[in-house]
Amino acid sequence: MKNLRISALALVTIVTFSSCSNDDTATIVNEEEVITTVTATFTPTAGGTPITLTSRDLDGDGPDAPIVTVSGSFTAGAAYNGTVGFLNELTNPAGVITDEVHEEGDQHQIFFRQTGLGSFTYKDQDVNGHPIGLQFGYTAATTPITENLTLTLRHQPDKYAEGVSGGNIANAGGGTDAEVVFPVTVQ
Amino acid sequence: MRFYYLILAVFIAGGVCAYSQNTISGSVTTAKNTPLDGAHIHIEQLHAVSNPDGTYALHNVPSGQHRVVVSFIGFKSLDTLVTISGPMRFNAVLKPESEQLQEVVLTENNAIPKNTIHEEKLKTETIEKYSNASLGDALKEIAGVYSLKTGSTIVKPVINGLHSSRVPIISNNVRMEDQQWGTEHAPNLDINSAGKISVIKGANALQYGGDAIGGLVLVEPVSVLKDTLFGKTIINAASNGRGGSISSSLHQGAEKGWAWNAAGTCKYFGDRQSPDYVLSNTGNREGNFAGDLKYIGDTYDVTASYSLYDATIGIAKATHIGSVSDLVRAINSGQPAVIEPFTYNISSPKQEVIHHLAKVNFTKHFNDNSSLSVQYAFQHNSRKEFDIRRGQFANKPALDLTLVTHSAQADWKKEIDRLTLKTGANVSAQDNNASPDTNIRPLIPNYNKFDAGAYGIASYALSDSFTAEAGLRYDFSKMDASKYYQKSRWTSLGYDGVYDKFIVADAGTQWLTAPEFTFHNVSASLGIRKQLNNNYQLLVNAGLAMRNPNPSELFSDGLHHSNATIELGNLGIQKEKAYKLSATLLKTSGSFTFEATPYINSINNFIYLSPTTIEYTIRGAFPVYQYKQANTLMTGLDLHTNWKIDDHWQHSFTGAYIYGQNKTDNLPLIDMPPLNIVNTIRYTKEKWHSLYLELRSEAIFKQTRYPNNNFSVDLPVDGQLVSTMVDISTPPKGYQLVHFGSGMSFKTSENTGLAVNFSVLNIFNTQYRDYLNRQRLYTDDLGRNFQLQLKFNY
Repeated sequence: MKNLRISALALVTIVTFSSCSNDDTATIVNEEEVITTVTATFTPTAGGTPITLTSRDLDGDGPDAPIVTVSGSFTAGAAYNGTVGFLNELTNPAGVITDEVHEEGDQHQIFFRQTGLGSFTYKDQDVNGHPIGLQFGYTAATTPITENLTLTLRHQPDKYAEGVSGGNIANAGGGTDAEVVFPVTVQ
Repeated sequence: MRFYYLILAVFIAGGVCAYSQNTISGSVTTAKNTPLDGAHIHIEQLHAVSNPDGTYALHNVPSGQHRVVVSFIGFKSLDTLVTISGPMRFNAVLKPESEQLQEVVLTENNAIPKNTIHEEKLKTETIEKYSNASLGDALKEIAGVYSLKTGSTIVKPVINGLHSSRVPIISNNVRMEDQQWGTEHAPNLDINSAGKISVIKGANALQYGGDAIGGLVLVEPVSVLKDTLFGKTIINAASNGRGGSISSSLHQGAEKGWAWNAAGTCKYFGDRQSPDYVLSNTGNREGNFAGDLKYIGDTYDVTASYSLYDATIGIAKATHIGSVSDLVRAINSGQPAVIEPFTYNISSPKQEVIHHLAKVNFTKHFNDNSSLSVQYAFQHNSRKEFDIRRGQFANKPALDLTLVTHSAQADWKKEIDRLTLKTGANVSAQDNNASPDTNIRPLIPNYNKFDAGAYGIASYALSDSFTAEAGLRYDFSKMDASKYYQKSRWTSLGYDGVYDKFIVADAGTQWLTAPEFTFHNVSASLGIRKQLNNNYQLLVNAGLAMRNPNPSELFSDGLHHSNATIELGNLGIQKEKAYKLSATLLKTSGSFTFEATPYINSINNFIYLSPTTIEYTIRGAFPVYQYKQANTLMTGLDLHTNWKIDDHWQHSFTGAYIYGQNKTDNLPLIDMPPLNIVNTIRYTKEKWHSLYLELRSEAIFKQTRYPNNNFSVDLPVDGQLVSTMVDISTPPKGYQLVHFGSGMSFKTSENTGLAVNFSVLNIFNTQYRDYLNRQRLYTDDLGRNFQLQLKFNY
């Protein structure tokens, strides 16, 4: 009985002391996948100052809402060459997510949704001949208007579904990696 | 056997003049006919000790009805009433003590079990039926137990409305530490390693812990005290999932000396199917092993056991969503976004879990009907959750947790006449490590936890038909965590100026914090068991239990991809206090038996997730769910009946209803199981190779009491921001499933047998969604499933 008591106590002591080491302080995590910044740059084909639409959310999934800025207005009827860029500004230097989207082009597609702002066309292709949207063309509407332009980056959309390759998001599916609503003016 | 001797005694009494003093003699042996030398035979004040050949003689025993007790160390005491009216032979056959902390002491005649806890056991046939499924699936057969599912392969038991941290699982006398705080973390246990599974509703089994507010699931391995070698192999094949499993086990039992068990299971399944489409990426694999070695000595036994659980579980691709827009699409379309052709391939999203459990136990039995058990257990749980990721991260887990737990406990039990005393203490040290190599901020931080507890339980048999029990337990718990909080999040949670003491360093946009918590808990239980007459028993139990907040409730901080919500814990969460009162009325004999358990559970500071606001990120809008506390009331009734209509036909009924209310906010409680009723009709014909045919109807009613957590969010629709209602609250409609089961057994040789079971689940291929299936917003539940099971016994 005495031996048992001693061994029981010993067990208890061992376990107690084994818990004393507290050497697992957290390591800061490099969030390399987060997209913090979406930039759509519209360069007029006729020349002139490019118009930049930016959305920036520097705390990633944190509570602060993204800050959306529009650098200027579009000229009615004008044609623009557009590019979309994605950055992760949580790391230093900033991670260029655009490159990853381009490398996995067949798994990504950018959609431009709007009513009355004009027309969007895709100017790039993935390995299967489907559009990605990192390069696009935009022709502004002829009537001045202020409207919302929704830019969406979908991950693993079904590009073979009806209308998807033409820019219709309805049947695309997949997961939304970025979605920004820009208030845009055509004058 | 006792009854026969009673009759004999009566006959003799009729034919012979009644002597007032008698000699009672006989022998004391084991079931194997081994004589027991030194067994004690008590008849009232008279006492004799058996000889080396097991024989004894007690002289001058007065005529009349007497209580006879025969006891021997390491064996269950025989406690019975005998009517003596002449000299008689009374042979006692003693059965060995088979469990460390034995709950039920079954005796003959009038004496009733000396505990007041009602343990609901699953029959071996039921455990084997679910050989290719999981523990959660099998437990659903008990009245009052529902399932919280994520798809069909992740199943958690819900006891009287409570689950996860509130329902600990005790496997082989070790409390499982396998990240059960997660609602989509299934128990890391192979159902095939279980010899016995029982459910204790409520926190009255204080020797296992003081925080089992919902109840306990006790899983014990096969334990046989006869010197035999036996085993079984079960092969399952199922059409839904186009897969199957093989499980084999071998057991060497012994009364004395060495005994061992070994069991292994392999499962392989591809995508499951709903009535209308393939549930893409829902395959699963499992490889499990459990083994133990036991040495049974004269007065002690030593056991060493090890078990491994290794599973890869695919999560339906349709549930991976990026933002609320995706969620709205999923809810409104009624069809999963991703339907691909059937495949066995499992890709992201998926879970990979490995759980090791090793333990050593030493139990010593003493001469004075007491025993002391000392145990050490080690658990290592590794959980990797994979998500659909981009580029170089495609194969990296999004969450990588390693949980290591050391625990030691000592339990002492003593039986003195009508009193049973149980007391013990336990300590455990736990370390959780969240790997930063995932490149995603971990959902749960690194932490160390130290727990210590001590308990005392006393049961007293006030009479042969009335037992009372009281228990008290104290628990101490200390947790140290290390976590980075984004400064914006820290401020938005209101921690500025409140938890500054936890801040250790400033890392630019983040704070490094070291939160620390200490808890002292007291739990208590009171119970009575009364045999009302020959057929009815009444048990009443009252208990007080306290549960500390788990790491998820305290520290959750981030996006939960599988349901596109941001979940936030709170450092200020207090412990839950539950007061439970339950009664069980049992009718145990006759052709109609039943079990009815009404209960009331009042939980103060009940912790639950509630949506609070919408947050916007680059991905779009996300609802934010925060852990809140409220005083709640849960009350309900569990009912089970069994009717042996005649030799061939049998009917059973299982039903449960629960009413859950959030008293603080005067709202129904979220995620309460709806009214469920199961009717089974069974036909057996022993002559035709033990043929049985069974039809089971499961009726699940629509849950009409639920809190309205729907919210509106501005979503882009054709370039316009439209206020859209997101309906995440409305429970799905009720449904009824009909299942068919059948089986036959063949004796292939003297010691071996083969059983063939054929069953069809969801015969009518009913399309349905279940309120407690976390994937109900995205996909339907399972369609028809044909299953064939071959069971070899040898």
